Amino acid sequence: MTGTVAPTLVFAVGNLSRGDDAVGPLLAERLLDAGLPGVEVLVDFQLQVEHALDLEQRERVIFVDACVDATESVVERPLHADPGFAHTSHSLAPAQVLETYRRVTGRTPPPAVLLGIRAESFELGAGLSDQAAQACAVAWPRLLALCGSPAQ
Amino acid sequence: MTQALETAAHPEKLRRVVIEPLSRVEGHGKVTLLLDEHGHVEQARLHIVEFRAFEKFIQGRPYWEVPVMVQRLCGICPVSHHLAACKALDQVVGAVLTPTAEKIRRLMHYGQILQSHALHFFHLSSPDLLFGFDSDVGRRNIVGVAAAYPDVARQGVLLRKFGQEVIRHTAGKRIHGTGSVPGGVNKSLTQAERDELLKDCYQMIAWSRDAVRLVRRLFEQNLAMYRSFATFRSHTLSLVRADGALDLYHGGLRACDSAGNKIFDHADYDHYWERIAEDVKAWSYMKFPYLKELGSDEGWYRVGPLTRVTRCDFIPTPLADRERREFMAFDDGRAAASTLGFHWARMIEMLHAAEAIKDLLHDDDLLGTDLMAGGKREARGVGVIEAPRGTLIHHYRVDENDQVVRANLIVSTTHNNQAMNVAIREVARKYLDGREITEGLLNHIEVAVRAFDPCLSCATHAVGKMPLSVQLVEADGTVVDTKVRE
Repeated sequence: MTGTVAPTLVFAVGNLSRGDDAVGPLLAERLLDAGLPGVEVLVDFQLQVEHALDLEQRERVIFVDACVDATESVVERPLHADPGFAHTSHSLAPAQVLETYRRVTGRTPPPAVLLGIRAESFELGAGLSDQAAQACAVAWPRLLALCGSPAQ
Repeated sequence: MTQALETAAHPEKLRRVVIEPLSRVEGHGKVTLLLDEHGHVEQARLHIVEFRAFEKFIQGRPYWEVPVMVQRLCGICPVSHHLAACKALDQVVGAVLTPTAEKIRRLMHYGQILQSHALHFFHLSSPDLLFGFDSDVGRRNIVGVAAAYPDVARQGVLLRKFGQEVIRHTAGKRIHGTGSVPGGVNKSLTQAERDELLKDCYQMIAWSRDAVRLVRRLFEQNLAMYRSFATFRSHTLSLVRADGALDLYHGGLRACDSAGNKIFDHADYDHYWERIAEDVKAWSYMKFPYLKELGSDEGWYRVGPLTRVTRCDFIPTPLADRERREFMAFDDGRAAASTLGFHWARMIEMLHAAEAIKDLLHDDDLLGTDLMAGGKREARGVGVIEAPRGTLIHHYRVDENDQVVRANLIVSTTHNNQAMNVAIREVARKYLDGREITEGLLNHIEVAVRAFDPCLSCATHAVGKMPLSVQLVEADGTVVDTKVRE
């Protein structure tokens, strides 16, 4: 990696054309518009092994994703590298990205947190559900706080 | 052979095992096995859902939006959809591409091939191949590979990363790229971008060659199993260049029988429907394509890396072509006929992609400024490309208001539908029949499916959305056992 790296990385995961899966990219757009200093925002459909390399030189990482098993509209939980996962699809869970970083670089990954937004519907071509739109509104100030910025 | 184990005589009397969804297979797939009271397999089916909404998703949109929109169909190979759509819409705008535009698109495509094949082999399949199909499930994943084979895992990550960088420089950004547009491209490479990619591409060639040899060693270490696992005879379909060379971006359609004899060759894909039709089965949401001249029972075929590498006349890059010839000769040709040969062929294609990227990067046309072409407007366009998993067809009809009024997409997973079903039946017959079902045995089914690497195009991966559940259900519907892996 070359050049100056922003100390805070926000990974927004999801697909704008898949109903509530869009919550991550939508919050990312808002965050990019806010232009917070020291914060880099990366958006992708899914997390993959190469995303481990994006963790280099970060001080903290925030994963923003739709979450089907959230008990509240927005959940916030610390993440740790997970060496014991048994089941993956084409993509990785955030804890698996951290573990891949640890295995590939031999270093401890930066502190990381998941901001999960409760999601229900993932139909192709569908818009955001009312429930997910409300959850996004709840998530926004929490995302700003995680990025070290006061609510806007 | 195609009918065996497809439909049991009395399914109501049989126990049912459901594997849903398949692990490390994108989207939603389900395998059902029906067993009699002695555990003999009477029926095995692969069900794949959720395809036909794609066409409705596209209809009514202005045609110029389509190359960007279709990238949202698939989280794994969005670039393939992007390019196939552009190829179809080139016809609609009447364009013959400039040299710079075609070479930038080819570079983007080979970047996609390289990153997708690296992901497939190192991340999805190497755990099964390096540790064994029924090894400890907690270790059988990329993290397990990273622990036991750190260099292999690291190379897999960096190969994937390099392919993504090629895509970023040609498509404009990592995802939702807009680099290719109907009639051409909207950017070429800068000298700095070319130099940055050139710096790493020789290392990628070396690692890709190592990966080919790793697969060869795996074959050598367990030849009997690799030779026979899920292996069957089938027809094949792929694009080839006018001189018979492997060409993943453009060419004519070549169909062969199981011995390699040509059924048709260099067929113009603009009228693919004269060669290919789609059958429907009551038990599956996905269609079953077949070669028209052979009919639906006998005309099913296989697409993808194994077909392309074994049915082209040669590969137009030297290292990959040498590896191809060794693959074809290995074990008297049996590796090239085996289902696990997909992995070997896939790594040969990855090597070819790395070599092709290197060659393109030395071509000054990549720095050109003549990016767009146009011509006589047409109402219809067909684009075909060899995506990482196989032949991908995009077909659009556009009205006078520039809106897409009809779309037809045939993706590689659909082409391989029957072949994958035959593969799992071979596995069920050989490994599961009459035995107590264990996770390791069920994983054999998934290994067969993963050799094809069906992309179920879900492009959704919310946290907690993809558990793997296995249910054993008695003939009367009673659930005997359920196992779920998160």
